[in-house]
Amino acid sequence: MPITLQLGSYIIAGLCFILALAGLSKHETSKRGNFFGIIGMGLALAFTVIGVIAGLTWEGLEGPKSPSWAAVAILIPMSAGAIIGIFMARRVEMTGMPQLIALLHSFVGLTAVLVGWTSYVEVRGASTHDGVHSAELFIGVFIGAVTFTGSIIAYLKLSAKMKSAPLTLPHHNVLNLGAIVGFFGLTVWFVITPSVWLLLAMTVLALALGLHLVASIGGGDMPVVVSMLNSYSGWAAAAAGFTLDNDLLIITGALVGSSGAYLSYIMCKAMNRSFISVIAGGFGSDGAVSGEAKDYGEHRETNAVDVADLLVNASSVIITPGYGMAVAQAQSAVADLTAKLRARGVTVRFGIHPVAGRLPGHMNVLLAEAKVPYDIVLEMDEINEDFPETDAVLVIGANDTVNPAALEDPTSLIAGMPVLEVWNAAQVIVFKRSMATGYAGVQNPLFFRENSAMLFGDAKDKVEEIIHAL
Amino acid sequence: MRIGIPTESQGGETRVAATPKSVAQLVKLGYAVCVETGAGAKAAFPDETYIEAGAEIAATSEVWASDIVAKINAPSSEEIAEMKAGATLISLIAAPRSPELLAALAEAKVTTLAMDSVPRISRAQSLDVISSMANIAGYRAVIEAAHVFGSFFTGQVTAAGKVPPAKVFVSGAGVAGLAAVGTAGSLGAIVRATDIRAEVAEQVESMGAEFVAVDSGQSQKSTDGYAKEATADYAAAAARMYAEQVRDVDIVITTALIPGRPAPRLITAEMVATMKPGSVIVDMAAANGGNVEGSRPDEAVVTANGVTIIGYTDLASRLPTQASQLFATNIVNLMKLVTPGKDGSLVLDFEDAVVRGMTVTHDGGVTWPPPPVAVSAAPAAAPAPEVVKPEKKPRDPAVTYAVMGVSALALLMLFWVSPVGLLGHFMVFMLSVVIGYYVIGNVSHSLHTPLMSVTNAISGIIIVGSLLGLAVPRPTVTMAVLAIGGILLASINVFGGFLVTHRMLAMFKRS
Repeated sequence: MPITLQLGSYIIAGLCFILALAGLSKHETSKRGNFFGIIGMGLALAFTVIGVIAGLTWEGLEGPKSPSWAAVAILIPMSAGAIIGIFMARRVEMTGMPQLIALLHSFVGLTAVLVGWTSYVEVRGASTHDGVHSAELFIGVFIGAVTFTGSIIAYLKLSAKMKSAPLTLPHHNVLNLGAIVGFFGLTVWFVITPSVWLLLAMTVLALALGLHLVASIGGGDMPVVVSMLNSYSGWAAAAAGFTLDNDLLIITGALVGSSGAYLSYIMCKAMNRSFISVIAGGFGSDGAVSGEAKDYGEHRETNAVDVADLLVNASSVIITPGYGMAVAQAQSAVADLTAKLRARGVTVRFGIHPVAGRLPGHMNVLLAEAKVPYDIVLEMDEINEDFPETDAVLVIGANDTVNPAALEDPTSLIAGMPVLEVWNAAQVIVFKRSMATGYAGVQNPLFFRENSAMLFGDAKDKVEEIIHAL
Repeated sequence: MRIGIPTESQGGETRVAATPKSVAQLVKLGYAVCVETGAGAKAAFPDETYIEAGAEIAATSEVWASDIVAKINAPSSEEIAEMKAGATLISLIAAPRSPELLAALAEAKVTTLAMDSVPRISRAQSLDVISSMANIAGYRAVIEAAHVFGSFFTGQVTAAGKVPPAKVFVSGAGVAGLAAVGTAGSLGAIVRATDIRAEVAEQVESMGAEFVAVDSGQSQKSTDGYAKEATADYAAAAARMYAEQVRDVDIVITTALIPGRPAPRLITAEMVATMKPGSVIVDMAAANGGNVEGSRPDEAVVTANGVTIIGYTDLASRLPTQASQLFATNIVNLMKLVTPGKDGSLVLDFEDAVVRGMTVTHDGGVTWPPPPVAVSAAPAAAPAPEVVKPEKKPRDPAVTYAVMGVSALALLMLFWVSPVGLLGHFMVFMLSVVIGYYVIGNVSHSLHTPLMSVTNAISGIIIVGSLLGLAVPRPTVTMAVLAIGGILLASINVFGGFLVTHRMLAMFKRS
């Protein structure tokens, strides 16, 4: 097959991938976007596989041809991967999306490591040394390995197979920095005298770095971590593209890398924290938590029957869900409540904070799964101005994202973080299991406001009680 | 305990203190409710609807003998005489102006909760009948004006010629004023409004009207939610503004009331004389002496130059169904407050500022006026020490340019020694990063999860790398194993990523 045909397919595939991401910017075009992605992938894969099996021709010359068993060697693992992938994609619960995404990141990372190693073995066989190639290979393996172990840790934390509290080794920032410096040293050494031991040492170092990096970040910062790993998986693919002289990998990797980086940036902005401070470890790692001793007054408790009464008599209700809703699996009950209230003519909308949940956009997916129409699910900036005209707000499993201290208390740890200004509504009902603080460890003065009432208990049970009382 | 709802005896009163809906809520609070025969007739609530809601229909004397009597207007002396000692009365009282009534109630050992003495704090808003009635009155004032006014409110271009919109001027942007502003605006008129409290300008503008400020460099800050009397300077400036506005507009609605004092005279007879014939003034303060010279309570007066001055004092009662509904809801909210056990027994907690403020007679004594309540409770604790955050200095642009220049130079040096092929790849890389950044910048927040899963899928393109590992004539076993492993892993990404994205996107539905 002429190589131009293969490269041409790569160009079209690159364009398809750009269209895929662009399509995902709006609900109306999102399905088309995914379709473009599939087309691009199908094209690129088909032409690559044909090229590998049939061999490529380049200006009349025959390229290297792989042995006859290559077709089988490709088809079997690819079908196996497809079966596993389809099985996972079908089975996953929407509350489990963060874990799945993290796991998929780890696969990209590990593949990047394998590609780097393959390339090393291949080049060694050809016994030609090229410094630039060595450096590219080294960088690709490094990013891939960090992504791999980092994603595995993120997966374990998100699926609660590992404690989500940040691991705080002494001098953990120095350890990270040391690993990076060590990586640079090894890179220079490897460029001068490539050896399998150097590659191995660096791989181990990178695996350890990924492990430590994510282990020292707490559960509530996971939206940033997951999008950061998304970005890394892209850069790993791009680095592999440089190693293999393959522009399609470079394009795709760069697209994914910059998209993940942008997402991390949005998430950091939504928490009013710098990227560095998130990477450097969880909240409260510096010890002092201000304002803890302050007397906030008494909180008021309410019950499901009163809340039902309030909702029926309200004309406008906003629900602000948080990670607690996902934990309690309350999304279907919430959707049911929404439908019942809307049937009675109550305007019900949702206000979603950008970092609600453990994954960017997590709440939207959960609500969509529970069949809440997406046009009543609004972003923080779209809905913040409407709280003063709202009769009732239901805060379900959210805490830091509705904390008035972020705007009012300059000494607060979360001061300056944009929050949902729920306290401007006439009445706020907070669904919570106890008076415990949220991820940031900051007390929430909202609970003690005159217009808030607490509804303690499992969010799902409580919402169901309210539906029953309607 | 039993709540009695008597028929209103005052002439012209059409409202009733309970509706079938509110009766149901009172019953839910544990009370027995008896409604006088025909109490809701004028507000379009027939007796049967009350029975359906769980009330019983009773005769006058039986109703007045209830433990709690809830009504709209203050009772007459005969009615007070029919009440049990120790019973509770809930109604409008006008406590500042009715010392004799208070004395009579105290003597009868009746506990009186005055619905018009609710303190103006946010918690008490749900039982504030002054607000709920003012809202209705403001609406009705516009309707009354429109009824008398000989033209459209809204401007139109018709085949028969162009109709200019009516101009409405509302004085006083309290609840009634804002309701009037909203109603006039929704009928299509050009609305302007003024208030002595400059802080309400925002509220006026939020209703779509223009705020006209008094040009005197002085304004009031309200600490108890009510307006106060103004100084002489201010009054002169205000008079000039009123004269100017009144001359220009077609409809004037005045709502200025100062608690416990006669209504301020805002519009003089001379100002009225400058108005166009056919103009309408609604003086909502007519009962308290009027904001407009020449207005008479409960009458519509036509002046010599053809201006109608409406001084109806029963504007809220002219919407009896709606007014009863809101009044009744206010009473239900009060009962919720004083029935903590939801067991039909009334508990008056005098520690509660709302209950204390409303209770004007209790246990044989007059308990009015209550101790003052400030609108916004001052923070009890001392404010937290100010933390002076170091201001982030904006970076000197020269430094930024220098950093950019040095990085560009460093990159250039790096590229200088790079192989040509690498530079081509760099070009592709750089452009893709920029494209990725701009494309993702447009993605809506709600699609971030599908975005991540689709990027997962497309980063599975790294499978190409593993496939190429097999594109050599004699791959070693190590190479084959590494490549096959990579193909397996990346395939999971490709297939799983696209499928899960598809699953998620299919769930997003519009209503």
